Amino acid sequence: MSVIKNQVHSLYTQVKSTEIKTEHVVVAIVQETPLVFSRITGLFRRRGFHLKSLTIGACEQSGYSRMTIVIDGTKTDTEQVIKQLYKVIEVIKVSDISFDQTVQRELALVKIYATKASRSEIMQIVDIFRGNIVDVGHDSLMVEITGDSSKVDSFLDLIRGFGIKELARTGLTAMNRGASGQVN
Amino acid sequence: MAKKNTYTGSLTGSHVMAMSLMMEGVTDLFGYPGGAIMPFYDVMKDFPDLNHVLVRNEQGAALAAIGYSRVTGHEKLGVCVATSGPGATNLVTGIFDAYMDSMPIIAITGQVPTQVAGTDAFQEADVIGITQPITKQSYYITDAKDIAATVKEAFHIARSGRPGPVLIDFPKDIQNQVVEEFVYPEKTDVKGYRPKVMGNKRMIQQAAQWLEKAERPLILAGHGVLIANAMPDLIELAEKMNIPVVTTLHGLGCFPENHPQSMGMLGMHGFAHCNFAVQECDVLFGIGLRFDDRIIGKADDFAPKASIIHVDIDPAEIGKNVHTELPIVGDARNVLKEMNGIVEQGEYNEWLKQIEEWKQEYPVPQSIIQKKKEEGGGMKLSMRDVVRELYKQTEGQAVIASDVGQHQMITAQEYLFQNPHSHLTSGGSGTMGYALPAAMGAKVAYPEKEVWAIIGDGSFQMNMQELVTLAQDGIAVKIAVLNNSFLGMVRQWQELFFDKNYASTPMFNPDFVKLAEACGIKAMKAETNGDMKSVIERMRQETGPVLCEFVVQKEENVFPMVPSGKSLSDTITCSDGTHKIS
Repeated sequence: MSVIKNQVHSLYTQVKSTEIKTEHVVVAIVQETPLVFSRITGLFRRRGFHLKSLTIGACEQSGYSRMTIVIDGTKTDTEQVIKQLYKVIEVIKVSDISFDQTVQRELALVKIYATKASRSEIMQIVDIFRGNIVDVGHDSLMVEITGDSSKVDSFLDLIRGFGIKELARTGLTAMNRGASGQVN
Repeated sequence: MAKKNTYTGSLTGSHVMAMSLMMEGVTDLFGYPGGAIMPFYDVMKDFPDLNHVLVRNEQGAALAAIGYSRVTGHEKLGVCVATSGPGATNLVTGIFDAYMDSMPIIAITGQVPTQVAGTDAFQEADVIGITQPITKQSYYITDAKDIAATVKEAFHIARSGRPGPVLIDFPKDIQNQVVEEFVYPEKTDVKGYRPKVMGNKRMIQQAAQWLEKAERPLILAGHGVLIANAMPDLIELAEKMNIPVVTTLHGLGCFPENHPQSMGMLGMHGFAHCNFAVQECDVLFGIGLRFDDRIIGKADDFAPKASIIHVDIDPAEIGKNVHTELPIVGDARNVLKEMNGIVEQGEYNEWLKQIEEWKQEYPVPQSIIQKKKEEGGGMKLSMRDVVRELYKQTEGQAVIASDVGQHQMITAQEYLFQNPHSHLTSGGSGTMGYALPAAMGAKVAYPEKEVWAIIGDGSFQMNMQELVTLAQDGIAVKIAVLNNSFLGMVRQWQELFFDKNYASTPMFNPDFVKLAEACGIKAMKAETNGDMKSVIERMRQETGPVLCEFVVQKEENVFPMVPSGKSLSDTITCSDGTHKIS
């Protein structure tokens, strides 16, 4: 029987213990009904999936929404997430795009403490990160910055020293690249 | 009003609901009226073909609906009706039970009028929110024109794929809303819901090859075989290949238990030889089951020598609890039919002999009790004796609803079910109080069948109010209360794992005979073996509902047993010694 056992492992086996946890990006197209969002968020809580970010918005088809879900887990965990999502009747399509060629974006609005002395330095950093200053107050600046999560993270790291008054991040949204598209 | 698919003229939403239910073949409802469902009850007079059973607690209605669906093999679905607020929340336990055991039931709940929705109106509860994690789908109707399509979709979703409970929340003003016509849709198309019923051919071929190459193959059959009505196909496969069949608790009845290849039930209280067979087999063909923790024991040490083939219609079950080498997503019947077309004859005499040896070596508990009886003599009735006698007299042909606890496991071990859909029990959720309402549902579905409820004294008191329902409608369920004055299963754990600290398990019980008589039910009592035999004979002759209290030994234990968290290899067959497979 050992012959079969060896064949088997090469074909279908998933070995749980050797898997590593990584960030997975899952995209779901769902019907736009009042119930579907609570069904899905309830599912994450109940099944103990580690949810890092969840964004919901319109997609190309009216009556449907697109959800981008970032979870921290193994490949097997992610497969279970996808299977459970499919069990929600209103869910039309789910795909794990973690290992695909994708464009990933997140937007952050940051209100930074800014004195006369520090203002120009902040503006330089914003410039480097191709952010926009969208509001100026007596003692603060509001900056809009877009990019993948690590770009937003490093921007926040740099300006943290000035003092962050308020921060709002939208969470990640992502899309597969076109057939030959490589333009950033 | 008679059953028809179109009608022109003024109708209320309640009429449309009742007509839609009739179009789905509903003939019986289990329910309880109340403020927010009154318009629906008001139109019942126009539908003499809809038989309404007035339960005494809504939980009974949901559990009766489960019994109804179960015994008919999902041909007719159980429907329960409750009012808003507390009526609906009383259904929750039953809906949960249906969800855990993949039972299709339809729950219709009244709701406050849409104008006051969200204002915390009298008896307003967010029942969709409350039941969301335990329903397959739920609907809130906001226009009477949607009722027919909603009911069609609800029944389709409840009974197809992996079945489950569906809830329809039905506001009072919609029940009264007037529409001018009724057209019942012929079919329904639910986007995003297309259960995969045909198994992947390549995978099925692979599975057949593995079984043919195997030296110690084993079929593990579950509830899915019953749901898919794949019993003949399973028998064909097992007989053709000469492979032994082990069943789960819910799979009992999917393979005739007097068949020479039927090994019995595995799991926490399964037979030792079944558990050992699983641990020793080299190819495990699991079909229509979800590898629940009560049957796999310690997951890491489940079937360590086997390549597991898992067939299930729900892809989410595959690889969830045990790791699977060969997954096949599909309907059990289709997969078995496909397999039967390609498999060749097999010979596994050595393997069958080995299982037979285990069977002799680790005897089934009845002989242990028998031995004790011979030594000690004059012992009281044992639960096992009662179930064995019942099996003997009914020849395995009765419909048996068992509750939750020791008597449930003993029933599963001792009653050899000869027919599919004749074993009703609460597996996944372990709902105490299940048997009485479930047996009631079964008897309403099939009045000509002999239906028994086997219930412990603790479980009986969870839903004993339904005795009155049985009396009111003359539903002739035969009730065997096995009274050991303990919450037996908990007591057994306390004895084995908590130093016999019997915390809150001894019970003061009512006089069950007087209680039943007060509810209008004929009652008897048996305390000795001789009594027991004649009482069962007499109960079988009764045409109305009848109850018997069997006073059994107080501290009988259920064995074999796999202690919680242990591997199936650690099955113990008596409390003073551990029998372990080497």
